Amino acid sequence: MTAVAPTVASGQRVEAKPEKRKGASPWARRAPLLPALLFTIVVTQIPFILTVVYSFQSWNLVRPGSQHFVGFQNYADVFADSQFRGAMLNTVVLTVVCVFVALLLGLGLALLLDRKFLGRGVVRTLLITPFLILPAAGALLWKTTMFDPTYGLLNFVFGGETDWLSEFPLASVMAQIVWQWTPFMMLLILAGLQSQPKDVLEAAQVDGAGRWRTFASITLPHLSRYLQLSVLLGAIYIVNSFDAIFLMTQGGPGTASTNLPYYIFQRAFQGFDIGQSSAMGVIVVVLTLIVATFALRLMFRAFDVSKGVVK
Amino acid sequence: MSTLRRRLGAASLTTATWVVAILFVFPLIWMVLTAFKQEADAYTDPPRIAFTPTLDQFASIFERGFLPYLGNSAFVTILSTLIVLLLGVPAAYALSLAPVPKTSNVLGFFLSTKMLPVVAAIIPLYVISQRTQLLDNVWALVILYTAMNLPLAIWMMRSFFLEVPTEMIEAGRVDGASLPTLLYRVILPVVAPGIAATALICVIFSWTEFFYAVNLTAARAGTVPVFLVGFITSEGLYWAQLSAAALLASLPVMIVGWIAQNHLVRGLSMGAVK
Repeated sequence: MTAVAPTVASGQRVEAKPEKRKGASPWARRAPLLPALLFTIVVTQIPFILTVVYSFQSWNLVRPGSQHFVGFQNYADVFADSQFRGAMLNTVVLTVVCVFVALLLGLGLALLLDRKFLGRGVVRTLLITPFLILPAAGALLWKTTMFDPTYGLLNFVFGGETDWLSEFPLASVMAQIVWQWTPFMMLLILAGLQSQPKDVLEAAQVDGAGRWRTFASITLPHLSRYLQLSVLLGAIYIVNSFDAIFLMTQGGPGTASTNLPYYIFQRAFQGFDIGQSSAMGVIVVVLTLIVATFALRLMFRAFDVSKGVVK
Repeated sequence: MSTLRRRLGAASLTTATWVVAILFVFPLIWMVLTAFKQEADAYTDPPRIAFTPTLDQFASIFERGFLPYLGNSAFVTILSTLIVLLLGVPAAYALSLAPVPKTSNVLGFFLSTKMLPVVAAIIPLYVISQRTQLLDNVWALVILYTAMNLPLAIWMMRSFFLEVPTEMIEAGRVDGASLPTLLYRVILPVVAPGIAATALICVIFSWTEFFYAVNLTAARAGTVPVFLVGFITSEGLYWAQLSAAALLASLPVMIVGWIAQNHLVRGLSMGAVK
């Protein structure tokens, strides 16, 4: 929701040299693009600019007339807030663990699916379905039928009377998120597996390379850009996780499973503290910017998305 | 002998794949079963597999006023998807077949809007909606979902546009076809399946969106995910009803996703992967 593009893309030396074509003025060529561009700029950039403006104000919605400029006070308060730091740590743990585990599971499932067998289409359809049910439905489903201490299936299978959501709140939320996002990883990795040139694999077999050897020296290097893309896109979505936490644990018990999106939501919509939650928003944006700049370069490089630009 | 062993190996791998898949989707299978139970059968210890199926829960969902939420979701999803296509198709064309100056900067800009956290925008969006009478109004969601899906759609459609054989376009130009004719007769027929796939992906993302919907709507403009939130206060008592609601709410997207599954990857990766 901000203009990182110029800094990022300026590193790219792939821009089109717009060919001069008779009769097509530059503005006529831009015309089809402009509505989409203007719309996106207005809808995504204005809120962000306002977030920055609000972050320098003391403003509580329940105290009318409380709005005034306070400089960096909100930022100082936010950095001094141990709950904010806790939420930040939870966000990092949640994102890293979920992306990593979903990636591994996705890789495993993709490998299982990357062969011809009876009912392959059905199995693939089954496996992508957790990604397709409403995240809100998935979260409530896990909260009730899976994690419930008395009637939940987990305790039925594993025995015991564990109250998963209060004893392992973050881990439980992560289990649901991993379940939801594994199909996404699986699909991307499967696309990578299936784009492998078959002749190379056959050649490896002819050369007597075993399965593991073929996987390690041919498949894995080929997959690396698909894995990178999965991590990148998965991280973008998982870092913003809100539904699962809101519906399963409400960030609790205490603040044990509060991540940044949920904490900002709490400060804004339960504490009505516009100034401080805006400051947190800005901090999150700055942190994301740092990661995103790196990520954008990666995406441009890994997938040569500029291909065709020079046409 | 070795063929026998290989066949046995393949058969056991197939069985293993099936077992893993069923285990993985078991929570969903369970949800479907629970949706057809009476509440008393829904939470028993041990869990009950044999029961008399009933449609009571689906009926009570509608009694609880599910229909308006469904209507809101349909309205927001369909309208925002149409606007995405209206804005996105020309943009994708301008960024692929008739590239504008600084194409990669523009593409990077669109991508960057997907990378920044939505929480950072929710506060001003709330304030703006409040002041413009758009709070708890479906139009606020239409605008936001359009902005949410537009970058993805442009990237995805661009990758379809790039696949139009240049010879076809050149041939059209040589024949003296005007731009609209070229678009309508040559390009659109080729990219139509891609545009359809893009639309389906937008439908999925709009239908499942939660954060904006929960924070910017309530009773009047609530979408299907907002309806489900009503269950967190009472879920201890209404598992079967909750499962029925979860199933009903997810069904449209599940169907769309199954139809679009061959294009899902491309949509999810914004067209970076075929």
